[in-house]
Amino acid sequence: MDTAMLIEKSALVLLLFLISLGVAAYQTYFERKLAAWIQDRVGPDRAGPFGILQPIADGTKMFLKEDFIPAKADKWLFIIGPGISMFTALITSSVIPWGPNLNLFGRDISLQVADFNIGILFVFGVVSIGVYGIMIGGWASNNKYSLYGAIRASSQMISYELAMGISAITIVMLSGSLSLNDIVQSQHGINWNIFYQPVAFFIFFITSLAELNRAPFDLPECESELIGGYHTEYSSMKLGLYLFSEYTSMFVSAAIMSVLFFGGYNFPGMDAFSGNLLAVMCIAAFALKIFLFIFVIMWIRWTIPRFRFDQLMHLGWKVLIPVAIVNMLITGLVVAWNQGWM
Amino acid sequence: MESLTNRKKVVSDKPMTLWEKIYIPAIVGGMMTTMKHMLRKRKTIKYPEETRVFAPVYRGQHVLKRDEQGRENCTACGLCAVACPAEAITMTSAERLKGEEHLYREEKYASSYEINMLRCIFCGLCEEACPKEAIFLTDRIVTTEFERDEFIYAKDKLVEAIDDRIDITKRQFTGKRTEK
Repeated sequence: MDTAMLIEKSALVLLLFLISLGVAAYQTYFERKLAAWIQDRVGPDRAGPFGILQPIADGTKMFLKEDFIPAKADKWLFIIGPGISMFTALITSSVIPWGPNLNLFGRDISLQVADFNIGILFVFGVVSIGVYGIMIGGWASNNKYSLYGAIRASSQMISYELAMGISAITIVMLSGSLSLNDIVQSQHGINWNIFYQPVAFFIFFITSLAELNRAPFDLPECESELIGGYHTEYSSMKLGLYLFSEYTSMFVSAAIMSVLFFGGYNFPGMDAFSGNLLAVMCIAAFALKIFLFIFVIMWIRWTIPRFRFDQLMHLGWKVLIPVAIVNMLITGLVVAWNQGWM
Repeated sequence: MESLTNRKKVVSDKPMTLWEKIYIPAIVGGMMTTMKHMLRKRKTIKYPEETRVFAPVYRGQHVLKRDEQGRENCTACGLCAVACPAEAITMTSAERLKGEEHLYREEKYASSYEINMLRCIFCGLCEEACPKEAIFLTDRIVTTEFERDEFIYAKDKLVEAIDDRIDITKRQFTGKRTEK
């Protein structure tokens, strides 16, 4: 690996890190605005014009709060918990192809930090580790509500991971590769996977909401029953990290959904452009898709009430997994037919 | 029996059809409802920058009026304090001395006049009770303070300035002034 490569990758990592944090910060603002609009209110509008400095004010508040660790808590696990959550939320963005190659200073710069040939498996692996942050945090708090939240989070994660994986397998079957870069490139133009796999997308979207612990699947942290769930005992920036990691994962999962089903950075009519202009337009198209996904996820949160836990399990095991398996079988048969294996 | 409202619905416990069981139509319907609310015009009035238009009969902070020559109308008769249901008004009277004819209209005047704005319920009975057209409620807002003492308004806040008269004609459309 030469020095220039090292520099460009480091710059990309830093940029992605900052963008993820910035987007997560402004997601909190957008979420509050959207909630307000849906409830016929105005939302935060005091800090700066239209309240756009609100995330900075919130962050400052979080930092200045007392960082309290309960006496009976397991101190080290209590500190590690939010760190794991944030780490897993941030690291997933490294395998996402953010755009086609950019030509700068006479070099072709790939806008993907690491082009693994098992990118999609990496994403699933890291997302599964994400539950450790919640589990450890809830366990270390030594509080029954926190533990309830943690148990709910892990059981929900296990139930929905299956359906999520099975629905994503169909995409791997279609593109014939586990690399996210290949998956994106196979959806050139408007040849998006959503037109071939609407059922898989639907299941993937629902399970993503469950993996994100977002409403209507926010049982791990439901305020009314568990007083905040796994982060009941957390305060200051540790709580901030938990909340922040939730928004970062939302950003990343919106990106993954657009990569798998909505063509990633591809947009109709992209053949008319080339070079850096194409790259910039692709990034813009990708950002737009991510924004739309985030909007829909928030829109759902402020519309649908929370599931009961038995309903959640019923939906996961008795509805989504059978439908996903049937969908996978049909896709497999069609792919085999097209390849001439049957 | 005749229905009292047009929202009456017959409740039934028949099993859900498949269309209802998959919930998706209901969820989409719900999301359309929230979208409608999202696009609705806000009715919020952002208070410090915008203020709402008061009704003409709005009863806000009191004023103690002066007559055309700038003399205080109040004679400290105490009828307003008697009429006050919240017992917010206190006053002490004093006799007008020689040389003070340009300050007070009659021989007796209120040497101190206090309204506790935390007790006041802005009913306007003081204004109704006043025989001298001295006290009126206006469309001004009693401002917020940090200390309780600051809500006890004395004459320095209540009596209108000679060169800055408070308009009280807006509320007087009932022709009360001619009655008095």
